[in-house]
Amino acid sequence: MSHTEDPSGDRRDFLYYATAGTGVVVAGAAGWPLVNSMNPSADTRAASQKRVDVSDVSVGTQLTVLFLGKPIFIRRRTTEEIEAARGVEMSDLVDAESRNENAEGADAEDINRSLPTVDGENTGEWLAMQGVCTHLGCVPLGDGAGDFGGWFCPCHGSHYDTAGRIRSGPAPENLHIPLVAFIDDTTILLG
Amino acid sequence: MGGIPHDHYEPETRGEKWLDRRLPIVGLLYNTLMIPTPKNLNWMWIFGVVLVFCLMMQIATGILLAMHYTPHVDMAFASVEHIMRNVNGGWALRYIHQNGASLFFLAVYLHIFRGLYYGSYKAPREVTWIIGMLIYVLMMGTAFMGYVLPWGQMSFWGATVITGLFGAIPFIGEGIQTWLLGGPAVDNATLNRFLSLHFLLPFIILGLVIVHIWAFHTTGNNNPTGVEVRRTSKKEAEADTLPFWPYFVIKDLFALAVILVIFFAVVGFMPNFLGHPDNYIEANPMVTPPYIVPEWYFLPFYAILRAFDGEVWIVIAADFLTAGIVDAKFFGVIAMFGAILVMALAPWLDTSSVRSGRYRPMFKWWFWLLVVDFVVLTWVGARPAEAPYSYISLVASAYWFAYFLVILPLLGVIEKPLPLPETIEDEFNEHYGSDHGASGSGSASASTPAE
Repeated sequence: MSHTEDPSGDRRDFLYYATAGTGVVVAGAAGWPLVNSMNPSADTRAASQKRVDVSDVSVGTQLTVLFLGKPIFIRRRTTEEIEAARGVEMSDLVDAESRNENAEGADAEDINRSLPTVDGENTGEWLAMQGVCTHLGCVPLGDGAGDFGGWFCPCHGSHYDTAGRIRSGPAPENLHIPLVAFIDDTTILLG
Repeated sequence: MGGIPHDHYEPETRGEKWLDRRLPIVGLLYNTLMIPTPKNLNWMWIFGVVLVFCLMMQIATGILLAMHYTPHVDMAFASVEHIMRNVNGGWALRYIHQNGASLFFLAVYLHIFRGLYYGSYKAPREVTWIIGMLIYVLMMGTAFMGYVLPWGQMSFWGATVITGLFGAIPFIGEGIQTWLLGGPAVDNATLNRFLSLHFLLPFIILGLVIVHIWAFHTTGNNNPTGVEVRRTSKKEAEADTLPFWPYFVIKDLFALAVILVIFFAVVGFMPNFLGHPDNYIEANPMVTPPYIVPEWYFLPFYAILRAFDGEVWIVIAADFLTAGIVDAKFFGVIAMFGAILVMALAPWLDTSSVRSGRYRPMFKWWFWLLVVDFVVLTWVGARPAEAPYSYISLVASAYWFAYFLVILPLLGVIEKPLPLPETIEDEFNEHYGSDHGASGSGSASASTPAE
């Protein structure tokens, strides 16, 4: 296009950059909607909540429900499990953060992960969390599986303790806890 | 082509001349098909044609399968069974397509290791090599997405694990993963786009295959000696080469026929031998299968992914140096893609001026160790992630990187190569005896086998 010997080089250069700049902007403006169309659609994004009746969950068992395409573990822990979870030294944990959307920024003490009842009392009996291994997204096995009596991911061997905290294996983080709360004595609201 | 002197297409009839002036397509096809090919190519050079055949076979069966398949989470699994039971010959289409992927990868691995041994990646064929690596990466993407379509348990959980790899990228990973999946988890949106891309990518591969062939037709084929075809005169070039048609076409088709006998024996008698029984269970997001194992052709790189867990010192060091940005999970992902990247960089990592491993006494040993390493990685990738397998996969992964990053650069410096043959013709006559052709370089009759 323009060469330095061209006396009207400045004007040419300006036109060249202006055209190229406009081209880039137009291409980006045209491209973004195409890329964005692959993002979650409105019905997927629509704020979603789910009520779960936990009246049938007896001590020492776990209810698994599907929420936003992912399983949610709702476990009613035994006294031994609660004691085991509360007896862990923070220095033994791989991930020291609570990973709890209801207690952002808190540390991974068991009290910051277990779910308080409707009157706000945290007995440690209830634990609700995403059943998605933080390594590559498999569903860990429950009912005291693994070396720490909590959950064990069969895919790549991550062991979680009775509070769902990562203790050994490739997973980097504790099992995530979504927004969750008791809305009456036997109903949990997810989301 | 390739600067090798040879006869060019001359349009003879009026019709040919008319077309040639407007679109020289016949000349293009003629020159492609008649390309002078080194006459000493061995059986390891058949896989190019085998791979082109595989691509055609997968596209043909795939298009037909897509006519009967339903990309919806509620119907996909049933529609595959519909193909198996109701569609005329549907079982054959599906089993050919399914096992065709395995043949495709088997052939591509032999093709890649052929290139690694005979130095086909070295100058001036780096572009051919890079395009080949791109094709290989696209093949992996295509195969991965194709495996999701039957919507079995392995489909679903394989998709979850592999898209989870993108989630490991610091800061932007989660956004990318959601974008790829079209939702918070693998679901209907994911299945639909995977079908769309699984249909698209083979045609991009086809385009790249044409560029791949164009690239090595420009440089000329490598050959088992790694010695270039003489370009000094047409007579000498003809002493080193034979035209691709009919000599190599017939040889390649013979090899393909033998391979297809074995292939159809597998399709007919043991079609699910390479599959996983779990994939005949419909996808269930609530239950993870006890072992998620990818298809065999992904196992070497899957083993590398798993090898670098949080107890390996280099992972701990990386975590510390980057203040936790590169954690064990991301490190594994980097290692897996890095394993392919270092292979793609082989042309610049190999410092030896000798192409063929045949004349490199030390290289040979390291190369065959790499082949063993690849087999070990394949084996260990299917084992559970626990001792002693985790140590084996770590050692094997380390060798993979060491081969490309340490051994290839060093060997070129310390190794004393064996004397190379002067010409391809010399080596050919030494191998087959000069009674197969007149002796003396440059004799045109030397290149004419009994007809």
